[in-house]
Amino acid sequence: MSRQRSLRRSKTPYGWIYLFLAPTLILFTMYTLYPIGATVWYSLTNMRSFTSKNVRFVGLANYLLLFQDKQFLNSLRVTGLFMLIVVPARFLLSLALALLLNWKRCKWKTFFRTIFFLPVLTTSAIIGVVFIMLLDPTMGPVNVILEQLGLTEWASLSLLGTASTALGTAGVIWVWKWLGNSLIYWIASLQSIPEELYEAAKIDGANSWQTFKSIVTPLLLPFAAIILVLTVSDAIRVFNLMLTLTNGGPFYATETVEVFIYRHAFQSTSPRMAYASAAATIFGLFFMVIVIAQRAVTSIFQKAGK
Amino acid sequence: MSMKEKASIIQSKKGWKNPGVWISFFLLLLAAAAWIYPFVWMISGSFKSNLELLNKGLNLIPEALDFSAYHRAWVDAHFDTYFLNSVITTAATVLIVVIRCSLAGYVLAMYEFRGKTLIMTVLLVTFFVPTGTTLIPTVSLSSDLGLLNTRTGLILALAGGGQVASIFLYKGFFEQTPRELMEAAAIDGAGFLKIFTSVMLPLTGPITATTVVMTFMGAWNNFMLPLVFTFSNTSLRTLPVGMMVFSRGDTVDYAGQCAAAILSITPIVVLYVFCQKYFVSGIAGAIKS
Repeated sequence: MSRQRSLRRSKTPYGWIYLFLAPTLILFTMYTLYPIGATVWYSLTNMRSFTSKNVRFVGLANYLLLFQDKQFLNSLRVTGLFMLIVVPARFLLSLALALLLNWKRCKWKTFFRTIFFLPVLTTSAIIGVVFIMLLDPTMGPVNVILEQLGLTEWASLSLLGTASTALGTAGVIWVWKWLGNSLIYWIASLQSIPEELYEAAKIDGANSWQTFKSIVTPLLLPFAAIILVLTVSDAIRVFNLMLTLTNGGPFYATETVEVFIYRHAFQSTSPRMAYASAAATIFGLFFMVIVIAQRAVTSIFQKAGK
Repeated sequence: MSMKEKASIIQSKKGWKNPGVWISFFLLLLAAAAWIYPFVWMISGSFKSNLELLNKGLNLIPEALDFSAYHRAWVDAHFDTYFLNSVITTAATVLIVVIRCSLAGYVLAMYEFRGKTLIMTVLLVTFFVPTGTTLIPTVSLSSDLGLLNTRTGLILALAGGGQVASIFLYKGFFEQTPRELMEAAAIDGAGFLKIFTSVMLPLTGPITATTVVMTFMGAWNNFMLPLVFTFSNTSLRTLPVGMMVFSRGDTVDYAGQCAAAILSITPIVVLYVFCQKYFVSGIAGAIKS
């Protein structure tokens, strides 16, 4: 407090301060603030492309159309379903592996961590292209392996090209790609638990499970809540992988909201910018609501933890 | 190496007798095999001929080492251009982000001034705005400014949007730096700029390294922005965009795609090998803020 007061009394070098902030403020205005406002504005007009003349205000017309559009509702459903499949899988699998890797007696820790991190380093575009080859029923090894495992029904299938299996397959690939990221979250969280607590539990005669249940779990809860928020926010924004892996197909089975927006704005021969902007606005709101709701839950957990 | 670490190594050498150690090691090995397999397949595929690849074999050892896929990817599929574009775009993005975030983080940490609360609030609120929401106006603004289909436009969009985490990283660091350093330099007659460049900035080594690797990874792997920025100027395509275009070409060259993938990921894997620590601290930072 006294430090702040003394700073205020000394002359504040406004010129320098704003000069230092200028690059961030200018770029932030151009590429974050303006686009947020403009997306909302576009969504209220009849703009079809960037070169459209006579752009008119049409009120909520785009939104009304959007909620009658089966494909948009489908993209919401696909995004939600994808989230339900991948979030628990990535969350729990990475926790299990982190517990193994954080164990004092675990061998080759750095080696394993590096292996699990490789897909995180690899851009989704490459992951998409490589998995298209791996899963190709005519040349890919995955179908051969399925056949040798006796899963003949699956072996003849194009897992990415069949509407009923495409989303699940994309989910498995997504979890595979991002697991290494969660692993680092969990290991950092586990390492924040003081060593003395484990030793104290050992002296008290607690076994591994009891230690995990009554010492690790309560201390891990606030971290778990944050990791959940991050995982959900990653899952909602699954654009890159879907676009390269399936391009939203087959028959829109993997078309998430962002792919829907992209298709209407950039992939169509007759673009519908205003319509795509309405979808983008709803997507932004949907995203914010989920993040804020989870933040609220997180803070409850953190209070309970203290 | 501390005594504690030495002790734990000695202890872990004995550890192999414990069945739990074996079981967990076996489980990890099994998982690691599933994680490494696509990469091994990719490397093996890049040395095979397309004919051999199409033969549906599980054999990971090529019949004969065939380097022609690399030549086809690098020259015929233009990955030489894509590679150079990725290098230039990423380097420029990293430079801009480090400069602008360290500057902003510094004044936000050190000074109280009119507008600070507003700036902080706006940064925090927009932290979670997805690219899908801002993409369309970003393209239209760039188009109006003549920046669409240009490298400058792509770099500005990559370096300009978001990066809030890096600002907070610098801000948090400068807040922990003793103010006495600043005051001592001021007494010695150093001005505002001099204090920042020769006293404060040199202290940020680890923070700058973390920002560099995280921004590098974000820019090198970015897909959405380079995709929409290079629709009408294919000579500016970066590696991820080039990869998608290559895979959807008229002639299918599987071995070439494997080689192109290896060429694209090598730089970032090398960076990871040398700067592992900063990748880890950058990612772990997300849960500590």
